[in-house]
Amino acid sequence: MTMTVADDQVDGTEAGPEPDAVQVPVTRAYRFELVKLVSQWRIRLLVLVCWTVPGLFVAAVSQQSTLPTDTLFGRWMHATGWAGPLVVLGFAGSWALPLITSVVAGDVFAAEDRLGTWRHLLVAVRSLRRIFAAKALAALTVILLLVAGLVASASVGGLLSVGDQRLVGLDGHLLSPSGAAGNVLLAWVCVLAPTLALAAIGLLGSVVLGRSPMGLLLPALVAVAMQLAQMLPLPVALRLALPGYAFIAWHGLFTSPGQPRELLISVAVSLVWTAVATWLAYRLFLRRDFTNASDDGIGRRALPVALLPLVALLAVGFGAVAVATPSLGSGISQAKVQQSVATAFAHLYRLQTEQLQRPAVTEAQLQATAVCDRSDGQVDPEGPGNDWRCVVSWHLPGAAAPGSAVYQLDVTSDGRIEADGDGPKDVNGYFLVRTPTGDAPNPLWQFDSDVELIPASPKG
Amino acid sequence: MGTQRVVRARGVTKCFGDVVALDGVDLDLLPGRIHGLVGPNGAGKTTLLGLLLGLAVADSGDLEILGRPVGRALAAPGGVAGFVDGPGLYPSLTARQNLAALAALRGQNARTARPRIDGALAEVGLTDVADDKARGFSLGMRQRLGLAAALLTDPRLLVLDEPANGLDPAGKKHVHGVLTRLAAEGTTVVLSSHRMDDLEALCSEVTILATGRVRFSGPLDKLAGESRELEYRLLSSAPEAARRLAAGTAGIRVVEESAAWRGAEALVVSAQLPALDELVAALVRADIAVRELAPVVSPLEAAFLALTEQQEADA
Repeated sequence: MTMTVADDQVDGTEAGPEPDAVQVPVTRAYRFELVKLVSQWRIRLLVLVCWTVPGLFVAAVSQQSTLPTDTLFGRWMHATGWAGPLVVLGFAGSWALPLITSVVAGDVFAAEDRLGTWRHLLVAVRSLRRIFAAKALAALTVILLLVAGLVASASVGGLLSVGDQRLVGLDGHLLSPSGAAGNVLLAWVCVLAPTLALAAIGLLGSVVLGRSPMGLLLPALVAVAMQLAQMLPLPVALRLALPGYAFIAWHGLFTSPGQPRELLISVAVSLVWTAVATWLAYRLFLRRDFTNASDDGIGRRALPVALLPLVALLAVGFGAVAVATPSLGSGISQAKVQQSVATAFAHLYRLQTEQLQRPAVTEAQLQATAVCDRSDGQVDPEGPGNDWRCVVSWHLPGAAAPGSAVYQLDVTSDGRIEADGDGPKDVNGYFLVRTPTGDAPNPLWQFDSDVELIPASPKG
Repeated sequence: MGTQRVVRARGVTKCFGDVVALDGVDLDLLPGRIHGLVGPNGAGKTTLLGLLLGLAVADSGDLEILGRPVGRALAAPGGVAGFVDGPGLYPSLTARQNLAALAALRGQNARTARPRIDGALAEVGLTDVADDKARGFSLGMRQRLGLAAALLTDPRLLVLDEPANGLDPAGKKHVHGVLTRLAAEGTTVVLSSHRMDDLEALCSEVTILATGRVRFSGPLDKLAGESRELEYRLLSSAPEAARRLAAGTAGIRVVEESAAWRGAEALVVSAQLPALDELVAALVRADIAVRELAPVVSPLEAAFLALTEQQEADA
């Protein structure tokens, strides 16, 4: 039996229409989200760590006799304070930035599921669109704050402990302190693009996976997967189509001339990933049903809905880069390796000459060339490997015979070259050189360089 | 004088997949009333409260809140506040910070919001823990803080899902006081609860839901008349004489087995209201003083139990 209140209790007139629900502006919702984020102990801890630890690390390492030579620019940490932020950047691209995006963006939606506060938030803000915008902006703000802390802290630590000297670039050329400062800042700005891509993937995971720890870990897992992919012999176009290649491509800022094409492509790819992943997260968030408190996500169907567009994006990106830059091979050829080693050697030879206070020479006078092969000619001289060997020759003005030096190379699949001098001793066979003022690190003993993986021109 | 509706629902239906959560629900809520929502688990109470808060939209039917038709988009109507499935609080913020963040969200500046926040905290009895993080709050304290958060918005319709959960007597007193004051000031309060004593103490009207359908909606006192026979506990100055009178009154059945657990002084009779009235009159005519006469099980609880039993029988 259904019984309802007697109709004589109501006269059919309705309460005066309530004015439209007051819309909470995005700015207020954004402040609310910031308050919530900053009140979390782990975010506070991250802020503290990002603003102090890099500086302390750089200052401490710069005082050690052993430097992190396996990290780009690590071998120059005694020489200039600008090497520190680049060492930190190399580490951050692999670990710190993915973890930051995981903790901040990967949790910004899931936290409401964990705390059971979605309904409270919906009643308070009254707009899913505004909630999404506020959360995304708040996560972006905190991530930028943390990245700013990393670069500021590392730079201050390096400059205070070592000083504002010239920086040796990846091809051995010298950057003035101001030039180094500008390029360091630019490099950090460039890695914001892949950081944002990981953050967008974090937002997507946070929306789709809810309370599941996988949502929190997604950016870190994607970053690890991308690192593993970069270690595999993949076509260059596929490397560039991954959202994280700008974590490597910033190396091109530290050669002369620069290698901006890889950097621009990878930044553009990262920004497209950012836009697509954010849009997907937004669409899926708007579809979510908040009536069931036990439902913390979009459901199993959302996984393919979220995953398939990203796989398609990777395929489209791969195709686009492959068409724009015909680069389906490893991108590491004999000619590129020889050119890179000869260029770096010439630049560093000048530096050694300066250290030894010998008459100055120019790169043009040296006419340095390198002849490189792999496994004593038994393997095709291309692709990554640690069996590269180069013989570098150069001419000194007034000398009858050219000089020569041998290097063993480890060429990694991302184009990085680690050259290890193999003699003669007074050129590149020993880690110290005897200068008029005492022993000093020998710049020709071991050095880093790199090759641009994409061809020099579309025809190339 | 007519009264304007705060909520008007006609034929509201809401399904989740194959499950019909609400099935053609009609509901009218009037200003300044405290309206209870009762029903067994899965009856559709939370779904109905969610519709009122704008957390879901009905699949069919008409719903008007504060005179405005509710559209198809998710959005809480203006003037509506409350919570379902417990209040949403941020454990890393203090009680005061939770409220301040909410006030800022509503556009209230910190200076003007401060006295309101203090007032709301005082009204729900949380002044002493205003600067403690919500992480350490008990369920009852969380319920009270959720109510304080709703108070900040000056709601015309307050929707509360199980607000009495976890409340100690002092907390209950605070909450009852707040709800009574709001109703006196014209706010309509709709609350669900399994605590029949709370509902009977607070509500002027109830709606009983079962399997998504309204089984009763109206004044609480009407429920007693429309429900089946109830058992009443009678204490009088002459228990034996009262027992004889009751046994001889038409429509009255003495529950003999109750003597074992009620004691010899108490008499339990089963009757509908008219027969009970006759018994009282007869007792008075016989110079027997009536010291206490109260339902053993409240009308609301009886109706609720009847519905539950009917559901079980249907199953």
